[in-house]
Amino acid sequence: MRFVPLTTPSPARAALVTLASVAAALLLCALVFVLAGQAPGTVYGTMLRGTLGDPTGLAEVARRTIPLLLIGSGLALAFRAQFFNIGAEGQLLLGAVFAAGTALFVPLPGPLLLPAMFAAGFVGGGLWALIAAALRRVNVNEILSTLMLNYVAAALVTYLIAGPWKGKDVRGYIYTDTFAPQAWLPTLSGTQVHWPTLVLGVALALGLQWLLTRSTFGYALRVVGENPGAARYAGLKAARVATLVALLTGGLAGLAGAGEVAGIHHRLLEAGQISLGYGFTAVIVAWLARGHPALCLLTAPLMGVLLAGGDLLKIDLNLPFRVVDIFSGVMLLCLISGEVFVRHRVVWGRG
Amino acid sequence: MDTLILEALARALAVGTPLLLACLGAILNERAGVVNLGVEGLMAVGALAAFAVAASAPDANLWLAVGAAMAAGALLAGLHALATVTLRANQFVSGLALALIGTGTAGLLGKRFEGLPLFNKVPDWTVFGVALSPFTVAALALAAGLAFWLSATRAGLTLRSVGENPAAADVLGVNVALVRVLAVLGGGALAGLAGAFLSLAYRSSWADNMTAGLGWIAVALVIFVGWRPLRAVLGALFFGFLYYLQFRLQGSSPVPTEVFSAMPFVLVLVVLALAGVRGQAGDAPAALGRPYVRGER
Repeated sequence: MRFVPLTTPSPARAALVTLASVAAALLLCALVFVLAGQAPGTVYGTMLRGTLGDPTGLAEVARRTIPLLLIGSGLALAFRAQFFNIGAEGQLLLGAVFAAGTALFVPLPGPLLLPAMFAAGFVGGGLWALIAAALRRVNVNEILSTLMLNYVAAALVTYLIAGPWKGKDVRGYIYTDTFAPQAWLPTLSGTQVHWPTLVLGVALALGLQWLLTRSTFGYALRVVGENPGAARYAGLKAARVATLVALLTGGLAGLAGAGEVAGIHHRLLEAGQISLGYGFTAVIVAWLARGHPALCLLTAPLMGVLLAGGDLLKIDLNLPFRVVDIFSGVMLLCLISGEVFVRHRVVWGRG
Repeated sequence: MDTLILEALARALAVGTPLLLACLGAILNERAGVVNLGVEGLMAVGALAAFAVAASAPDANLWLAVGAAMAAGALLAGLHALATVTLRANQFVSGLALALIGTGTAGLLGKRFEGLPLFNKVPDWTVFGVALSPFTVAALALAAGLAFWLSATRAGLTLRSVGENPAAADVLGVNVALVRVLAVLGGGALAGLAGAFLSLAYRSSWADNMTAGLGWIAVALVIFVGWRPLRAVLGALFFGFLYYLQFRLQGSSPVPTEVFSAMPFVLVLVVLALAGVRGQAGDAPAALGRPYVRGER
């Protein structure tokens, strides 16, 4: 088998390969379910019926789409610059911590509180990602550093809610006091869809698309990502681009964290309850969108189905929520493996 | 005092054993030019495969359980080989996917083994009057063996040439893809072996997430030890000793527990940064992380 490069890969080819990759992933996952003693039909049926099949399910999908959209569109940008930020999980947690800290301890007049929480969330997530950008300057691979920082962020959250920030009337479980009502985001009635964050996510996805394709910074970012040699020749500072990209993507993950605590939980609680692996799932959101932030408007709801479906598998079929990891991993593997078929024609036989 | 030192050494060796095994596996495939970040997942499936065999057939030879772990590790690593060597996918992202698949699959399939006792755990050996797990002895022997193999044998040289300059190796008639695939499979088998140690000897039980980030530390360790098997022994001991300290100081100090649970990961970052500042990251095999395409570069 040989791969012959195509000079002009068509968008149709890319779409077809993406579809085939997703189909292959679903088949491989089905195989794992058979090993686990579950009928794949039941598994997929449960996931689809309970998510797209009824209004409650759709609201659950929308709720999970919000963080995925914010994080995914940031990651789409980061991947274009070849900055592989895998630590959105930790950046989201830091955003939640900063937002919760603002809600609990900063005396602000009511209308200012929510904007301040989101600003703090952006700063928290951005700073956490900046650590990885700084380490990259001394040749520490950002995939490794951002991953390690995920573990550290989770420990920090546990420390805060079990220690200095522990709520007054808390027994057994650990979490902080509930925020004042001024720190609660409005939701669509009867659901947990905190629509202001959703609107923010849509606006930012479109804004980042503009930034990427129409601005000078976006141009620098694409050159640095696609051709580091040419970037150096043109005098573009790759390290500065990486720093800005880290700040932006981390900040967006931080916004997602602020949205989760302000819109759903109304307090800071354990890491595993704040995020259902949004950081990792968003990697697939960004990959499916092929580096176009605006396309995340399509791919984020798609992966939202997966996360909401994973919850149903836990409840209805008593499967561990880790099933979502399998979906994420297999889908990611199939997507990046399929990439070669977008840019190449396959010729059988030896060259 | 003597007993304290002995206790420290014994614990450092115990935690260091899976780190060393997994690190040696990663050195093997990285010296051939393939990064595999999926070690955490490979260890998880290895731990499960070993435990599943040992718990389902109590009379079965424990070597069978160990073999199952290595086979499971190699099988999962085979996906990585297919994706990165044959289909030239991004090695870093593929490894990440592997970590997710491994921990996820182990968590799903391992659920029925949770809380089960293991009757036939692997007994320690007494070497020069010291009780050592056979896994520890094997890990130390493997480190020496791999060091010798890489530096002094023709096959080892071939493997290194594939990692340093695949184009030159190709011209000399080396099947670059085959060498890389075998190296990835070998690395996966060693990571599986590391997992087997956890579920058969160290914990003698199965629990979800029992690898607890050791796989990630092993990946970072490879950079820390500059891709050298013998230095990996010292590196694994060093991190094993840190785990011992964490265990000793927990509860008896005013420092909160969470600081200790975050410590290995913070230390990995510090260690990686130090390795980077000292320019050690430059010791990486020249073609590390890059797919080889004939005629390019």
